[in-house]
Amino acid sequence: MENQFFVDSEHLSPEALAKKHRLENDPSSRKSHMEYLPGMERIESDVCKNVMEQMNAFDYSRYTAKEVRAALEHETCSIEDFKALLSPAAEPFLEQMAQRARRETGRHFGNTVYFFTPLYIANYCENYCVYCGFNCYNHIHRMKLTMEQVEHEMKVIADSGMEEILILTGESRSQSDVQYIGEACKLARKYFRMVGLEIYPVNTDEYRYLHECGADYVTVFQETYDADKYEQLHLMGHKRVWPYRFDAQERALMGGMRGVAFSALLGLSDFRKDALASAMHVYYLQRKYPHAEMSLSCPRLRPIINNDKINPLDVHEKQLCQILCAYRIFLPFVGITVSSRESAEFRNGIVKIAATKVSAGVSTGIGDHESKYSGKEADGAQGDEQFEIDDGRSLETMYRDIAGEGLQPVLNDYLYV
Amino acid sequence: MNNDKLVIGGREFHSRFILGSGKYSLNLIEAAVKDAGAEIITLAVRRANTKEQENILDFIPEGVTLLPNTSGARNAEEAVRIARLARELGCGDFVKIEIMRDSKYLLPDNQETVKATEILAKEGFVVMPYMYPDLNTARDLVHAGAAAVMPLASPIGSNKGLATRDFIQILIDEIDLPIIVDAGIGRPSQACEAMEMGAAAIMANTALATAGDLPLMAAAFRQAIEAGRKAYLAGLGRVLTRGAAASDPLTGFLRD
Repeated sequence: MENQFFVDSEHLSPEALAKKHRLENDPSSRKSHMEYLPGMERIESDVCKNVMEQMNAFDYSRYTAKEVRAALEHETCSIEDFKALLSPAAEPFLEQMAQRARRETGRHFGNTVYFFTPLYIANYCENYCVYCGFNCYNHIHRMKLTMEQVEHEMKVIADSGMEEILILTGESRSQSDVQYIGEACKLARKYFRMVGLEIYPVNTDEYRYLHECGADYVTVFQETYDADKYEQLHLMGHKRVWPYRFDAQERALMGGMRGVAFSALLGLSDFRKDALASAMHVYYLQRKYPHAEMSLSCPRLRPIINNDKINPLDVHEKQLCQILCAYRIFLPFVGITVSSRESAEFRNGIVKIAATKVSAGVSTGIGDHESKYSGKEADGAQGDEQFEIDDGRSLETMYRDIAGEGLQPVLNDYLYV
Repeated sequence: MNNDKLVIGGREFHSRFILGSGKYSLNLIEAAVKDAGAEIITLAVRRANTKEQENILDFIPEGVTLLPNTSGARNAEEAVRIARLARELGCGDFVKIEIMRDSKYLLPDNQETVKATEILAKEGFVVMPYMYPDLNTARDLVHAGAAAVMPLASPIGSNKGLATRDFIQILIDEIDLPIIVDAGIGRPSQACEAMEMGAAAIMANTALATAGDLPLMAAAFRQAIEAGRKAYLAGLGRVLTRGAAASDPLTGFLRD
């Protein structure tokens, strides 16, 4: 599977191409994915060990309808019950799972659906992750917004009515350093009630600094919890260091962030094991940091510029729905976010069952909100997108659609204290 | 019965149903006021912290007392800050203290709640603390200047009813402030039972928010709470614990 994503750009120099091919074909040319690089903080934590033990012991083929039925009957969903609900044996019980998930969602969140939008401020990246549109060997328009441009984008988004923003960058410390991201957070506090971050993992003191700048939520996707598979997909750069990424949420909480979000990119590896590990990551961290707010996302692979072979493999909508229902039943108190990678139909349906947060008015490009929101021709340069989105609805349309489903759209439920 | 009033912070209320925050929708507020007769509506300050188009403050009918809560606070200091913000927003002097250090069960932190109550009561707030029903904490809250005590019946949103029944009864018996049962009341019969026990009022949200017919459920709660209150005022008749009453009393032999 690993080679299906490889695409060569004609714009690469012969030296760059040679290095790329060496990384792809000769594992010994890659740095160890388990060794920390200089400057990376190492924390004492047994969360990773616990999550990995659960994932490695998860043999989903051994569950039968009997265990699934029992899991659905239990008032509290145990880890064993959760494993049964994630197994193929639970697929015929999808409707029952959805009914149960809906009850749990209602009990914990009522009929509310929260909205947010992502803002990509830079797409420079120093990593070679073979499935990602921002990867350093992909020939795309690179861009980093100036603070004036960041503020302009924020104004455009805030004018649409949005109150929660998620600031994203490509993973390049040299192009988008912590200071730069901090300045963007300070600006965001002026225009939005809630500021989240989805950036490269940083150290505790850097998370503390970003928190002081106004950010309060940190999202880090582990991509896959299967470290061997991770090694084959993240061939170069800081992101290659798997354990440093794993501990990012814990460092963010140690740095004072209110909440953290988790996910695997479903379809990269065995999706059932990755779903289990994602939820167990939440489970063990919640036990250690009971005050923290936690949420799960469920991205599936999407096609990227220059490579349309990238697709979510065997994770179809049914499987995705099964995972989300299992998450909801096992962790009824966590937020579940469904991004615009999924279709409008899927998102309209899943917010009635398990999801509590959706993005709207989304662009995964750089500096293009004005042209996308107003239809106005872009007057400056724009950076290319990370991946193709499916659901392009504006906030206004999304608000109307969600309210039309009998749900209560919520733009903010948060206070920075 | 007509003179039966709930007095909190010097203000009189006829209704003993308080709408909790949590799951909010405009239909819910309307049903709570119209059908359940609510005169107090809780408002999460963090939810009110929004721009015009969504501001829940705009949907609170006139004449209804706002009870801003400090949800989102993880310690006393944060609760105090949120309460002061509520006052600045024009929400009045009532405040419900909610301090949670647990995002899973949302159980209140009693120690921090006492601290926040003391600070806010000194600043002139009418403080209504949400707490885990513990007699010692309740006494501390009285000394700290609370205007009412709000013990939970069962975990918030669980609709499981009076899981802490015996401990709430102790508070009702021992504390000279209104005891308002908050969180976990899932059905009108449970609300009625708490009122029969002597609770001063009931706060509920999820039970209404997740009902099939919201206005009808709101009306059912109103009637249940009124029935429970009447029963409490009337004085419940004797309840036989097991079998029948002995016709020959055990103490019949006593002569002088």
